[in-house]
Amino acid sequence: MSATTATAVPRTEAAIGPWRLRWRRFRRHRAGMASLVVLLLLALFCLAAIPMQHVLGMDPDATDLLARFDPPSAEHWLGTDEAGRDELIRLMVGGQMSLLVGLLATAVGGIFGLVVGVFAGYFGGRVDALLMRFTDGMIALPLLPLLIVLGAVDLTKLGFSSEFARSGAAGFWRIVIIIAIVDWTAIARLVRAATLSIKERDFVRAARASGAGPLYVMPTHILPNVATPIIVAFTLTVGRVILFESVLSFLGFGIVPPTPSWGNMLNNAQELVTTAPALAVYPGLLIFVTVIAVNFLGDGLQHAFDPRSER
Amino acid sequence: MNELVALDGISVHFHLGGGGFLGGKPRILRAVENVSFAIGEGETLALVGESGSGKSTLGNVVAGLQPPTAGTLRFRGRTLDRATWPQARRSIQIVFQDPFGALDPRMPVSAIIAEPLRIQGIGTPAERRARTAALVEQVGLPVDALNRYPHEFSGGQRQRIAIARALAPDPALIVADEPLSALDVSIQSQVLNLMKELQERLGLSYLFISHDLAVVNHLVDRVAVLYLGRLVELAPRQLLFDRPSHPYTQALLHAVPRIGRKRARGQTIKGEMPSPLNPPPGCVFHPRCPKAQDVCRTTAPILEPAPGRAAHMSACHFKE
Amino acid sequence: MTRYILRRILQALLVLLVMSFVIYSLIGLMPGDPLDIMLASNPGATPEVVEHLRKLYGLDQPLMLRYLRWLQDALVGQFGYSRTHSLPVLSVLVPALIQTCKLMIISFIASVILAFILGILAALKPGGILDGVISLFAFAGISVPVFWLALMMILVFAVKLHWFPASGIATVGDGGFRDQALHLVMPVITLALASTGGFTRYVRASMIEVLRMDHVRTARAKGAAEWRVVLVHAFRNALIPVVTIMALSFGVLFNGALLTETMFAQPGMGKMIYDAILGNDFNLALTGLLFATVVTLLSNLVADLAYGWLDPRIALT
Ligand SMILES: Nc1ncnc2c1ncn2[C@@H]1O[C@H](COP(=O)(O)OP(=O)(O)OP(=O)(O)O)[C@@H](O)[C@H]1O
Ligand SMILES: [Mg+2]
Repeated sequence: MSATTATAVPRTEAAIGPWRLRWRRFRRHRAGMASLVVLLLLALFCLAAIPMQHVLGMDPDATDLLARFDPPSAEHWLGTDEAGRDELIRLMVGGQMSLLVGLLATAVGGIFGLVVGVFAGYFGGRVDALLMRFTDGMIALPLLPLLIVLGAVDLTKLGFSSEFARSGAAGFWRIVIIIAIVDWTAIARLVRAATLSIKERDFVRAARASGAGPLYVMPTHILPNVATPIIVAFTLTVGRVILFESVLSFLGFGIVPPTPSWGNMLNNAQELVTTAPALAVYPGLLIFVTVIAVNFLGDGLQHAFDPRSER
Repeated sequence: MNELVALDGISVHFHLGGGGFLGGKPRILRAVENVSFAIGEGETLALVGESGSGKSTLGNVVAGLQPPTAGTLRFRGRTLDRATWPQARRSIQIVFQDPFGALDPRMPVSAIIAEPLRIQGIGTPAERRARTAALVEQVGLPVDALNRYPHEFSGGQRQRIAIARALAPDPALIVADEPLSALDVSIQSQVLNLMKELQERLGLSYLFISHDLAVVNHLVDRVAVLYLGRLVELAPRQLLFDRPSHPYTQALLHAVPRIGRKRARGQTIKGEMPSPLNPPPGCVFHPRCPKAQDVCRTTAPILEPAPGRAAHMSACHFKE
Repeated sequence: MTRYILRRILQALLVLLVMSFVIYSLIGLMPGDPLDIMLASNPGATPEVVEHLRKLYGLDQPLMLRYLRWLQDALVGQFGYSRTHSLPVLSVLVPALIQTCKLMIISFIASVILAFILGILAALKPGGILDGVISLFAFAGISVPVFWLALMMILVFAVKLHWFPASGIATVGDGGFRDQALHLVMPVITLALASTGGFTRYVRASMIEVLRMDHVRTARAKGAAEWRVVLVHAFRNALIPVVTIMALSFGVLFNGALLTETMFAQPGMGKMIYDAILGNDFNLALTGLLFATVVTLLSNLVADLAYGWLDPRIALT
């Protein structure tokens, strides 16, 4: 046996783990790094509401009709809104809502798209044709009107109790679900294409020759190898979902007041834009900054994952 | 020699679209057409032929990756169908040509080698670990290879990993689809020697797919020559190399430089292999055959013993 | 080719059919009941009368049956009456559709022109300062909530500076060309800015790719003037992929148009659908949504065909 013994290639630069290499490339992407920092700060900002509510006793829903439209002061750093509520704590709590909807709806829709894409790509043939016609049909729909109709659906007509239909939890889950329903197609197509290219690779065929079925191959070989484009796509989806949430809540079909979200805080801003312009500026600016940071983060990840990008 | 695997009238046809809703004429690609042969216990059978002759497709059928359109496959005397394949899986493994595509880049070598065991549910995790370590040594890799990833290895080393994976469930037959052609020449002989050594030690059978007759000469017991999906010649190595019977084989051998043989007999093949989408009528080789007569254009020859050599099968109206 | 077009049209019709059923069912799930609303204006109705009306309008029938009856009427152009406008649905819908198309087309042209200018400038020196600034602008365009951008435009240019009117399409009593144009400025800018970001990125990427290609390098090596190289040799080649992607985005523009109209109180499809849903105007909402689907399907279809036609490498089978 000694005659055929060979030694492994020495660990060179090229041999450092793929994730280390990516992190190195990502760090060089200035906009991506800056966005990561911005997003961490934003998350911190939103989460800071929790200690402020419990320790300092600040209440985002406490109205004070004597202090409507107060300018910034020591007590209310960003002033108060049309009901005399503290604008800062509402922005923080509303941000939690918006970010949570963004992440959850992306997760739900993304996982659905992932499953559709993997199945279509792996099984091919009829399954593929059927699933992709379905996806194409979804893509061809007018998104916003559809979201509005879904948002307007009366839950009691679907058999839910009227208390539940009016509750905050229902409003929250409804928006997560309706956004997930319309925003999964991009991921489905991407995953399908990636699956198609991977499933004919020899390592998948070797596993199949050893008796592996689809339920082994998909999680073990396909998913890890399509992870790269999926991570980027998920990131970009989060940005889009946050925008959808804000639009729907703004139009009154999303998160139901008094629970704040960045979108519904702009509800009344249109009428108040002359009297209290600051109230129209803050929530929108936060949405804007969040989404732009998410998109730059996606760009940075793409750069980091692309083997063609220099080092 | 006991029969291990037998193919009986295997055909593989691919439907290339058409025929459906709003579709045109259905197009059928006949990749493999009515092939029968058997591989004995401990035997190495070479499958040779030009690119596109259906070697890989046939190899896939034997490895259970491609259900045949027609014909049956027997393993140790039992016909393989949906019910019997699962048991045969662990006994038939496959090694591919491209060592870079054959290993999942996201898996450490230990997981790659143990994969057939995991899939088949063989052994406890501890037993699988022990077996993996033994295999790594058996194929001549350092033990510390186990915790590394495929990108850290050279082509030859990867092919050793692929062989170790194939050996893991203790198979009886390994289908090796051009396992050497992607490797450097110096590495080729190392891997070939390894395969030979393993065969002697473990009593393996190989279905060794190759387009290179020279490589085949070192390893195999018998040779099957495939042309346009048809088996045109099947003979023990020595007989085939000394007295090729089919004009196609003669031409193939002619292309192989060999010491001590004059370039007298056999002609170079003219033209290209026709498309398996519409194979020529009669003998599929006739458009390129120097001996072609009228009968070749109308009647397909059957595989029969060559004159005076019972073990030497050839499908030609004018076999030598 | 003809077969491909036929199949695509068939597919689009099928999607439309399925969608009409989905929308029909969804509209039925919106709050309220056509009958309740009718009765609200006629409180004296006895239970017998209610029952009679219910039968008369077929509201006691199963959903599928009601849908088929509606479909029968819709196929011959009978979309019923708008409750809130007390007019046939089509006479409310057609002017709104024209208004929306006007806004979309003007904004589309504006954003395409802007995107080409910015994209080419950015591609001249990738990684340079100008490229950085334009990239930031492009990302901002993709990331900005359209309704908030509209709000900020109103705040700055209408409320603070009084340059443009904040809403409507004409001042009562004026309505001359200048007046109408002034009313369009802010909606067009808003909508154009929102789609310019994505377009700019496509133009930039496509131009960078083309500028690397051989014949462009040859032209450079031969000493052609830089502007000639960029505009004549590179631009022409970058055009095809970009134009098709832009055509594909026309459907997406519709979303933005709906929001822009709502914000600037323009009487287009967006505002119409929004008001119809809020006002329980079932017929109008249903028909409006269907037409929105038709517009989206149509622009996708055209873009697809244009793509196949412009790029012969794509086999249409
Ligand atoms: N999945 C498939 N679908 C359609 N056609 C196929 C498929 N697999 C193989 N073919 C066709 O079948 C024929 C035989 O292919 P095969 O890969 O078996 O040839 P081969 O002898 O292995 O060639 P090579 O030496 O190039 O590997 C070819 O014409 C090929 O195009
Ligand atoms: Mg092959």
